[in-house]
Amino acid sequence: MTDASATPTPSEAPAQEPQQDSAEPIERKSFLSWLSVGWIAFAAATGGFFTMMGRFMFPNVLFEPPQSFTIGFPDDFQIGVVDERFKDSRGIWVVRSYDGLYALSTVCTHLGCTPNWLITDNKFKCPCHGSGFRKSGINFEGPAPRPLERYKVTLTEDGQVFVDKSVKFQYEKGQWDLPGAILKV
Amino acid sequence: MLELIKNTIDFLSQPSISLTMILVAFPFVFPPTEKFDVWHRKLKLHKIWTKQGGMIGLVFITLYFFLGFTDEHFSLILKKPDNVPIIFIIYSVLFFLWLSMYQAYENDQRLAAGEPVAEYYPAKEKVLVWPDLVFIEFIALILMTVFLLIWSIALPAPLEQAANPTLSPNPAKAPWYFLGLQEMLVYFDPWIAGVLFPSLMILGLMAIPYFDRNKEGSGYYSFAQRRKSIFIFLYGWLVLWIFPIVVGTFFRGPNWNFFGPFEEWSVAKVVALSNVNLSDYIWVKMLRIGLPSNPLIRESVGIVFILAYFGLIPIVLARGKLRALPEKLGPIRYGLIVFLALAMMLLPIKMYLRWTLNLKYIIAIPEAFFNI
Repeated sequence: MTDASATPTPSEAPAQEPQQDSAEPIERKSFLSWLSVGWIAFAAATGGFFTMMGRFMFPNVLFEPPQSFTIGFPDDFQIGVVDERFKDSRGIWVVRSYDGLYALSTVCTHLGCTPNWLITDNKFKCPCHGSGFRKSGINFEGPAPRPLERYKVTLTEDGQVFVDKSVKFQYEKGQWDLPGAILKV
Repeated sequence: MLELIKNTIDFLSQPSISLTMILVAFPFVFPPTEKFDVWHRKLKLHKIWTKQGGMIGLVFITLYFFLGFTDEHFSLILKKPDNVPIIFIIYSVLFFLWLSMYQAYENDQRLAAGEPVAEYYPAKEKVLVWPDLVFIEFIALILMTVFLLIWSIALPAPLEQAANPTLSPNPAKAPWYFLGLQEMLVYFDPWIAGVLFPSLMILGLMAIPYFDRNKEGSGYYSFAQRRKSIFIFLYGWLVLWIFPIVVGTFFRGPNWNFFGPFEEWSVAKVVALSNVNLSDYIWVKMLRIGLPSNPLIRESVGIVFILAYFGLIPIVLARGKLRALPEKLGPIRYGLIVFLALAMMLLPIKMYLRWTLNLKYIIAIPEAFFNI
């Protein structure tokens, strides 16, 4: 008995006729056009929003130091010394060895902290997880998976050293032998 | 005398020694099997979970911190506002561990004697949520707020100079609750220690109700009825999570070197940590033929080692020591449990390999940023 009252039998169902709205009915054709107008408006608003988001990625003014710059004459750098003058302003260490002069990135290849140059230990040491790098940038201790990156160094026409940070050379890809990874001076 | 004690503590605090002591003591303090339980009782370790044992433990820890606060080097670390929560964490973790074990041991005795457990409540009596429960919660809430207010006024948050991307503080430490992850990052690649292991932890914790279907111990504390589950959980909680946080807070100093608690944090401390990959050991040091150029051939030994670790050990265990388990749990549950247990063992294994052999990566393919 409870079953019969709980579920309406199929014969009962048509008795409830769908009630017509008293407001004027929307015709099928105009409904579709209104629907498309709505969707077009939505797509336009969303598209406009994402366009503005995209525009935001390319600011008119970039408050960052230029990515390419001159750092002085090769003779300003002593052989065997890690030059820390450009660490704060440009984010590079300039090292001159007997082979030549190269610019090392100051970003640890493990998780991106800034290592310190320990002159007594003759190594770069990262304070976050203890990665260590030799003067050449080769990783030798701690968790860093690959050596520090080098930036492109060339000579300008008047003989100054020109560093281009937009071009980088990674040791593990064999790029340190490419021209520009080290400046023979 | 005091210096001798401090030097001894410094020596024992080296992670290679302290982790070994913890790992060796762990099955005797939390016996996972009846055999260990016999030793547990022979060594009188079950006395830890009595009121006297708790008091003695409290006195020892407080003495340790008292010694720390009077020491010129350790007090600098202890008084740092960042580290105050770690002192709270040590006290509260040990207190609640003791409390639950105390209740569990009491219940085990009652169950052995055939009495009802302490949590058993005759159903005839009724306790009302309001006011009995809500009132207590409300008082606790007010007290906690007062405590946090006083703490925040007494020890202001340590603000430092404006952020400078070219200057990382030395040592650069994560917030205290992430120091365990930071410690893992020393031994594993960022994507493993920072992504894979935390995901496994969360998924593994979520999966506990599906793995552990032991109905005993439901609604009351008991150790004897669920030894293995409690042992595995406490291994993960105390050894893999709390221990690295304590190490990261107290024992990691400048340049992320290890320091004993009473040792001076000297930037000049030099520790040789030249790390070598497994492939270097095999191709360069043993075979003396240099690294092959193909990374897959170069790392083949490490890849075989990892595949065998996760693939062969579950099969060997299913045929040997854990013979009863696959049938009891079903192959999928058995496989997942053993996989998670092996992943939990990988951290101390890698730590020991790093400390003893200076092994850096078992598989090292920096070309594809894939290192284990």
